[in-house]
This record gives sequence, C-alpha cells and structure tokens, in this order.
Amino acid sequence: MATGAAFSGWLHRAADSDIWWSFKSSPMTIAAATATFLIVAVAFLSPVLAPHTPFDPATLNLSDGLKPPVLLSADGDWRFPLGTDDQGRDILSSIMYGTRLSLLVGLASVVVAMALGIVLGLLSGYLGGTVDAVIMRVADVQLTFPAILVALLIDGVVRGLISVKRHDEIAVFVIVGAIGLSFWVQYARTVRGSVMVEKNKEYVQAARVIGLSPLLIMVRHVLPNVTGPVLVIATINLGLAIITEATLSFLGVGLPSTQPSLGTLIRLGNEVLQSGDWWITVFPGATLAALVLAVNLLGDWLRDALNPKLR
Amino acid sequence: MTFKMRHSLALSALVCVGLSLATAADAKTFKWANSGDVSSMDPYARNETFLLTFTSNIYDPLVRRDKDLKLEPALAVKWGQTDPTTWFFDLRQGVKFSDGTPFTAADVVFSLNRANGPGSNLGGNFVSVKEIKKINDHRVEVITKYPDPLLADKWAAIAMMSKAWAEKNNAVNSADMTKNEENFATRNAMGTGAFMLKERRAGERTVLVPNPGWWDKAQHNLTEVIFTPVANPATRVAAIKAGDIDMMYEVPPADTESLKREANVQVIEGPETRVVFLGFDQERPELLESNVKGKNPFKDKKVREAIHRSIDVDAIKRTVMRGQSFPTNLMVAPGINGYTKDLDKRPALLKPEEAKKMLADAGYPNGFEVGMDCPNDRYVNDEKICQAVVAMLARIGIKVNLLAQTRSKYFAKILRKGDYKPGDTSFYMLGWSPAATYDVHNVFEQLIQTPSAQTKKGLFNAGGYSNPAVDKLADAMEQETDKAKRDAMIKDATKLYVDDFAYIPLHQQAVVWAARKNIELVQLADNSFPLRFVQVK
Repeated sequence: MATGAAFSGWLHRAADSDIWWSFKSSPMTIAAATATFLIVAVAFLSPVLAPHTPFDPATLNLSDGLKPPVLLSADGDWRFPLGTDDQGRDILSSIMYGTRLSLLVGLASVVVAMALGIVLGLLSGYLGGTVDAVIMRVADVQLTFPAILVALLIDGVVRGLISVKRHDEIAVFVIVGAIGLSFWVQYARTVRGSVMVEKNKEYVQAARVIGLSPLLIMVRHVLPNVTGPVLVIATINLGLAIITEATLSFLGVGLPSTQPSLGTLIRLGNEVLQSGDWWITVFPGATLAALVLAVNLLGDWLRDALNPKLR
Repeated sequence: MTFKMRHSLALSALVCVGLSLATAADAKTFKWANSGDVSSMDPYARNETFLLTFTSNIYDPLVRRDKDLKLEPALAVKWGQTDPTTWFFDLRQGVKFSDGTPFTAADVVFSLNRANGPGSNLGGNFVSVKEIKKINDHRVEVITKYPDPLLADKWAAIAMMSKAWAEKNNAVNSADMTKNEENFATRNAMGTGAFMLKERRAGERTVLVPNPGWWDKAQHNLTEVIFTPVANPATRVAAIKAGDIDMMYEVPPADTESLKREANVQVIEGPETRVVFLGFDQERPELLESNVKGKNPFKDKKVREAIHRSIDVDAIKRTVMRGQSFPTNLMVAPGINGYTKDLDKRPALLKPEEAKKMLADAGYPNGFEVGMDCPNDRYVNDEKICQAVVAMLARIGIKVNLLAQTRSKYFAKILRKGDYKPGDTSFYMLGWSPAATYDVHNVFEQLIQTPSAQTKKGLFNAGGYSNPAVDKLADAMEQETDKAKRDAMIKDATKLYVDDFAYIPLHQQAVVWAARKNIELVQLADNSFPLRFVQVK
C-alpha cells in the first residue's frame, strides 16, 4: 500500500515534470523514441522473432542462395522476405541478429567509455594539480586523433599480439574496448568541468568540514550533480559508437563474418553490390541509418530538455 | 628585339610542350592488381603459380614455356640427354645479369642447388637428381638416379639466380617461409629477366621496370609495371571500370557479367588446369584441432566417404561460383596427360540421415568438431566455398571451425615443413596444377605419394595420405616409356586414390581476367601471367 502510494506519487511527479512535457510536445521525439523502442525490442527478441537462425550452419541450404526480396521480384520466396545472401542466409534474420550485436557493442562501449571518463574526470577535477595536468594532456593528445583511428590502432595492436583464431573468439571484447578507449575523453572533460564548479560550492565544503573522505565526497556528493550532462553525452555517443563499430566492421577489422554486426553485413553485401545483388547490403544499411538517426534524435532532445539554456 | 625575344620564348615553350607530350606518349605504365600480394620475391620460396609467374618476370629459367606452354630456349640454347641418366644444358653466351655481371654455368649449379636446398619449396623437382656438374662456363650436366624423361619440363619453372649476388647479400639459402623466415632475397631481386625490381613494399605495391640489357628481344612495350594487391573485390572492379588499373587478375565470378557490359573493359576467360580440393590430416594419431581425443577420425575411410558424399559441388557451382567452375572427382584436369575421363564421376550425394548413419557406424553417432584451414585470397571465392562446406557438414553433425586467412599465413600453416613434417592442419583447402610437367605423375609425386624426406616425394601431401600400392604404381609410371602400359598404371593408381577418398576434389575454376580494352596480353592455361607479352596500345 505504502509502496503503491509512493509509486503513484512518483508517477505524478514524472508526469508533471518538464522532461515529460517537452517529450509530449515534440512529435519528432515521440517518433524517434517509438522507432528506437521497436528496433531495440525486435533486436533483443530476435531468437524468438527471427524466422531463421542464420548463423547456425546446419540450417543453411546453398540452394536457397541469392533469393531476391519477395515484393520486388517474382523469384522471391516467402520464407525469406528480404531475400538471402550467396550462402543462403536469410537477410531479415541476419539483420535482426546483427542489430542486436551492434546495439550490444554500442551500449557496452558507451558504458566502458563512460566509466573510464567519469573516474578520470572526477579525479582530475577534484584533485587538480599534477594529476589533472597529466590526465588532461593525455586527453588533449587523444583528441587530436579521430576516434576511428584510435580504435583502429587498438584493434591492430591486439591483432598483432594474438592469433587470428583467438581474435575471432574475443572480437566482441576487443572492439568494445577499442571503441570505449577512444571515446572516454569527452566524458572526462565534461565531468572535470562540472566537478570544478561543484567542488567549491558550500555543500561540498560542508562535507569536507565534517571530515568525509575525498572518495565519499566525490561519489556521494559531486557525482550525482554531474550525471545530467554525462547522460546527454552517453545518448549522443551511443549513435556514434554504433557507427564506429559499423565502420570498423565494414573495413574488415571489426566483428568476423561468423558473428556479423550490421557493419559486417554491409561489408559482405558490398562485395557483390556491383553484380546487382543490392539487397544484401541495402537493407542492413537502411537499418543502421534508421537506428542511428533515431538514437541521435533522442540524444538531441535529451540535451535540450536537460539544459534549456542551450536552446 | 622584343618581338624576337618573345618569339624565341614561345618557340622554347612549344618545344617544351612537344617534349613532354612525347614522353607522355612513350611512357607505357601498366598497372595491375590481384586480391593478394606475391608472398616473396625469392623465386624458390613457394611452389605457387602466382609467385613463380611473378618472379619469372625478373628471373629467367634455363628453358621457358611459350604462349602454347611448349618448351623453348631461354638461358639454355640446347638441352637433351646424352644417355638415359645424363642431361646436358648448353647455356646462352653473352647473357648478363641486370647488375652487369656475366651469367655462367657456376650460377646455374648454384641456383639448382639452392632450389634443392634448405628453405626452398621447390625440392620436389629434384627427386631424380643425383648430381649437378659444371663442365665448362657454358655447359652443365645433370646425372639422375634413374631415367627421368621429364627433367627439362620440371625445371621450366626454376629461375636462375646470381651466385655472386646471393653470396654478397647473405641469401645463399632460400628463407624458409614455413618458419616465417626472411632474408635479403625475400624483398630484393636481381636476375637476367625482362624486368628489374625497382620498388618492393610488401602488401602495398611492387614496381618493375624493363631490363635494358635483356638478352631477348622484348615483345612488350612497357616502361613501368605497378602491381598492387587490392583485397576487396568491389574495389578492384571499381578500379578497373574507372581505369585506375589496367588489368585485374582473377575476377570474382559475381562481377564477370557486369564487367562484360563495360565498354572499355575486356574479359578474358578460359578453363584452368588447377583442381581445387579439400584434404584431411590422415597421418597424426590424434587431430590437432578436434574434440576427438586418442584417435583420428579421418584415418577412417567411412568418415572420409561420408564427408565427400555430403558436399554438393553442383550447389557450390550454382551459387558461390555463379556457374564458373567445372566439378570433378579427380585430382587432375582435362588437358593434363593422364586425365582418365571414365573415372571422373562423383559418387551420389547422401541424404543427411544417411551420412549421419555412416558416421555413427564409424563410431561417431554425435558427429565431432574439427578445425578447417582455408585461404581467403588465393583461389576464386575460396573462403565462400569453405563457408558453404561448413554449412553442408553441419547438417551431418560435424561442427567445422573455419579459419580463413590471407595466403602467406595460410600456406605457412598448412604446408609440410622443409623436413617433411606434416602441416599444422586437420582439414584444409588447396589447389594444384601440375604446371611443371603437364603430366599426372606430378600430381602423384607431389600430392598423393607417401611423404618422406628420403624419397623427397609427397611434399605437398599436407595431410599425409599413404597407400603403398599407389606409391608403387606412381614410381613405376615415372620411368615407364610404353604409353599403353603407363596409361594402365595411371588408371589403376587413379582408381585406388578415388576409392580411398584420399581427397575431396571440388572443381576446376574458370580463369577469368579483366583488362582495359587498350591492353593486349596472353592468358596461359595454368593461370600464369607473363608480363613479357603485354602491350599497351
């Protein structure tokens, strides 16, 4: 009963909030949120929803290879609504599984980048001095390289260190690490800026006076006040991370073709694009574009809603 | 005065324009691309058509093959047998290496011993050789252990190197690529050939320029050749359509049709003498990459048969190869002496249940797991063929873990080592063309006979298939001169390896090249591409 009341109270507060209001009043945002929700839901339910399991070789049949999409050609087959590739893999199912992988890699690398960025930013802003100088100079140096180059470098080094076979097994972790490590700078700089502002405020000074340890002050008092900007960056970076993963996979240094993400699917399709089998690359490409666009629109909206001054 | 001055200025400007035009018209740069790079500049580093044919532009052999693959004089003007076990080679006089040093019999003896020495991958061509002797500066004699009528054919692929150059640069032996070794000759080359190596950046580009002091009259009109490996087929196709490259070696089957429709591009097609096949490790008591412990499933003929009869090469032809392959059940192609047409029938395909039952009878009711090695830039659609095989075998309960790699890494992994130890593979793809002799005996000697450091046979029998009856027939056919008897031996030996399911022959691939319309070139049936016949119009 008490929890029910608390919940409905929370619901009322949420419904009254500025964020909900700004969400409600923007049709574009509602459309983006719906699209994101649909793509995410379909992707994560792919083991249930997908008509085929395209990466279980036992289910493939070469004689189903290169079927065109059903609605656009008389040669289509209803078992494969978006057609098949040259190994007889169903494109629709490949896209569902591929989107799931792309999303997972995107989310995981954002979490890695965020964690790293928050920790380094907190340390840098709160401690100042030499620690701050060192962390920020490293950040400056990294900012001079495009994130994709940093990710390529990390991936290349790992490839040099381990065998191809081993690499295929841990490819997901390598790519998450590579993207995470190339995107931490933004978080660190934002967090550091907010911390420098917050740490001189009275509540922090009060906490210091009553003798709390710096760690506790950072985590309990400063961190909650910098989460807003961090969340905005995270949403916007999710789109970027997905694109980066797709780019790496497209270049052939990302996920192997045995566990293809959207980028890998686009690369595989691109190889036969010149010969007229356009559907193998166009549908994954359109899915990637829709996903990133929707996520970016949500990120933009969140930034505006949390920080009206930016408008 | 001013008028005169202006006039002469204009004149000199005109002269300049004229000069630059003239050089532009004379510069015949030929740019070509392939999916993978040449593994090495050392002509003995690997017995692989692409490497041999590339280095043959820089190095000449004693006898070479003409446009119809017939032998013709190169560095030797005359050759033959003085008695059944003695060969002689009379060398061309006045030939110089591109560094200006004269070419003599000492270089020939050095080169042949180097090709037969440690690190070289060409030792299989010296099985019959007992001794190589310099008689004088222009004559070399070779004593064989037994009559070897095909010696000159075998050596048509062996390039002649400079003894002084190799000694000076510490490259007396070939670097062993199965151990990832390198030496000076891996990245540098200096021979008597039609071209000289100007620049070598492994994996990026290789530039050749004509050798002004070449002994032969040049049939090409090139002033520079730039070779670039381009891994992505779509990039390669786009490059030739745009004219960024003049020729692409090995067109992906999917792109052949679209290139044929292109106004400025010609597509050159022909069947190839190479057979692409799958091989098993039948030598180790336990496979390197498998979950079966304590025994080797591929030693069991039933298992090999179940796999062989579950691979649908016609489906591979239809989708992966887009019709551009010729399925086969033999290890040699039509056109090779010793191809037996009436044995070239693939056994009927099994239904998955039947194959599973066969595996169960052999003691693998739940199938098993095995690693597979495949190149991804060597044969036409090699990786895609392997992927298709993975799917076909998954349906009969064999889980195949595919490792597709670039050719240099893949060959280093799967090929037998210099000391004839088996390759580090359990199940692999390879292609073979008996381009040394155009005779089936080469296939028996290199791929089917029991590998042994003593007999020097079976160097490319990576999985170690061994059948003493086949060995005996192959040894006999090497020396048999009576054609009818020899054909009977070939037929018997062929039947033996087919019935043993020694290998899974898949198909001969079609050789498809594409070039801009202004290029004239010669396509040889062994898929070798000699630059000395290229003309840019």
